[in-house]
Amino acid sequence: MENNHHPPLTIMIVDLERGACRLQKREDLREKMGGSSLAAALYREYGQPGEDAFAPGQPLIFAIGPLTGYYPLMSKVVLGFKSPYSGDYVETHAGGRLALALRFSGLDALIIRGQSPRPVYLVLGDNHFACKEAGHLWGMDAGITARTIRTSEPQGRGQRSILRIGPAGENLVKYACINVDTFRHFGRLGAGAVMGSKKLKAVMVSGSRSFPLPGDGKEYRQVYRQIYQRITGSGAMAKYHDLGTPVNVLVLNGLHSLPTRNLSATTFEGAEQISGEYFAEKLLLRQIACSGCPVGCIHIGLLREKFGPEHEYYYKQVSYDHEPIFAMGSMLGLAPGEAVMLLLDEAEKWGLDVISCGVALAWATEARAAGLVGEAETLVPLAFGEVELYRRAIAAIATRPNEFYRLLGEGTAAAAARYGGAEFACVLGQEMAGYATGPVFFVSQALGFRYSHLDSAGYQLDQQKKPELAQALVYLEKEERQRLMLTCLVACLFARNIYDEETVATALSAAGFAGLAQDLEGRFSLLQRERWQIKKESGYDPSRISIPLRFQEVKTLQGPMDTAFMEKLRSAYAEKIAGY
Amino acid sequence: MAKVLRAVAMERCIGCYACMMACARLVHGSLSWSRSGIYVRSVGGLTAGFEASYCLACPRPPCVAVCPTGALTERPGGRGVRYQRELCLRCAACVGACPVKAIRQDRETLEPVVCLHCGRCVPFCPHACLAMVAMD
Repeated sequence: MENNHHPPLTIMIVDLERGACRLQKREDLREKMGGSSLAAALYREYGQPGEDAFAPGQPLIFAIGPLTGYYPLMSKVVLGFKSPYSGDYVETHAGGRLALALRFSGLDALIIRGQSPRPVYLVLGDNHFACKEAGHLWGMDAGITARTIRTSEPQGRGQRSILRIGPAGENLVKYACINVDTFRHFGRLGAGAVMGSKKLKAVMVSGSRSFPLPGDGKEYRQVYRQIYQRITGSGAMAKYHDLGTPVNVLVLNGLHSLPTRNLSATTFEGAEQISGEYFAEKLLLRQIACSGCPVGCIHIGLLREKFGPEHEYYYKQVSYDHEPIFAMGSMLGLAPGEAVMLLLDEAEKWGLDVISCGVALAWATEARAAGLVGEAETLVPLAFGEVELYRRAIAAIATRPNEFYRLLGEGTAAAAARYGGAEFACVLGQEMAGYATGPVFFVSQALGFRYSHLDSAGYQLDQQKKPELAQALVYLEKEERQRLMLTCLVACLFARNIYDEETVATALSAAGFAGLAQDLEGRFSLLQRERWQIKKESGYDPSRISIPLRFQEVKTLQGPMDTAFMEKLRSAYAEKIAGY
Repeated sequence: MAKVLRAVAMERCIGCYACMMACARLVHGSLSWSRSGIYVRSVGGLTAGFEASYCLACPRPPCVAVCPTGALTERPGGRGVRYQRELCLRCAACVGACPVKAIRQDRETLEPVVCLHCGRCVPFCPHACLAMVAMD
């Protein structure tokens, strides 16, 4: 068989109730590849699809893939879990150091189940496991939590991964995130709240195992070198390193596709001042990378704030990307970049998904202007462009001081159901991502597996000339399958133009997985279907998902929305998914 | 002219570990981010930047002085040290003797891992943080 080189998959299963773990060796799971499909298969085995997302037995499943660490940009981790936000099985992905820390701990997946009686954090890796008291960390912000753990834990200094939640996760805000290594996140759909429900404040992973190269190492070294050269030599990845994803701000603004002031507009007069160019010239300190990626797309900006009457400043380093900038910038009518950075830092400290947080506040601002809520609810007179008010409102989402903020922390749609304004809630399964490109994107996020712009990239098709219905359906299915292949390896999706099917087959084969390299299209068609089935078992029903009125009224790059086309596509895509 | 490895611009480092993984892959035949003659780490979280430990090719190397078996010997021309596996006791005296902690004991083989100044990591640094530099 293909697999003389690799031992069976190793899964660590942590039981927080007992503060203990066990290891499982699973050759049978090899055919699931890894990442997305491995996590889904493990959810079928260990999940409780019919139970509430906060049920103690629900697992958090972190999975890497067969190529993690073997090639450049094989640097991501998939987290599969039942979302308290959407109420079904979802994924969220993150980079940082975690993927390599798991690889060199000898773990292919880490499952965390149970609920601890007291706050705890986990310290684990290839030769150690401990479940420790975290009473002293509970209530701390995400940054200070990690600093405290770094000081008290000796293992793997300078080369380890630390996941943690902020107070928003502890308070079960349904879009609380998990911060990974300060600058990356399992951002969306409330994985941080699931950690909070388990009384799990943080997880530190460090590993330093070494593995022999496949075969005599010759073919693998050669394939590695070719891929490395394509990535660093061809300019294919330059945009991610140079301005980074915020290069999109001006592009989308020019295309009438930058969601602005709760999507009441699609161009923003302040776009220049929140653009990738502005950030790069005024605020960029440096770029860093996820472990195992030579691109370095993580843009770190300088936040410098005056805190005293004299020349007294503090400074912080805050990572920025297109999505956070749209959510805390144009969506809130806010510029310049310096002001956006203040809000990004605020969301970071509390441990909130910055996209949902910004979009929820944009809805709240419009709801206030429409008289649906007053200052008794919002506590501050929310108004577009007012940074200080938004800063206080972000803290209120995390701390839930009244019924309004409690509901806003359940999601924009939950608040709109109580106060009205559902027609302008910018929710596509979850709060929208920063692409108002048109109907294909709106449908693809609303119905997508993780309700994300990353599921099937409908925004790319919107930018081509108006597609036919059948063409759009084929596109969404194929794009999703190709992305599933990458998220099973687990590659960063920025490398999607490098890792085409042929390259993936070569890479798998050279890494000692010749069997897995056969018939990738057939294999991933099956895995695609299976992953949807697992989602549907957990309560997902595509026929129940609707697209709010605001998305029908908005002007995009194609002009006024073709609402009839969007509705046809929504219904046809929902039917397709229902048939899997 | 003889050259040695120097981390000439660590302020540019993005923390990708491509250099360490190149050393592991090309020198040690391993997939690893620890079995490497150069060791990159963050210094106080990712906000504080990265530093690299590697053999600085000391004159009169202290690691050679403490090696009881002669497994480590000085290379001619001050190009660091030579390691002979078959002579090594795995006592790790060299690990403690290195003033810049550039020698690490491999967890699995117990052998010292030390930079050979071969330069094979250099082309894999995307930001030219590393260079082979001529000896004075």
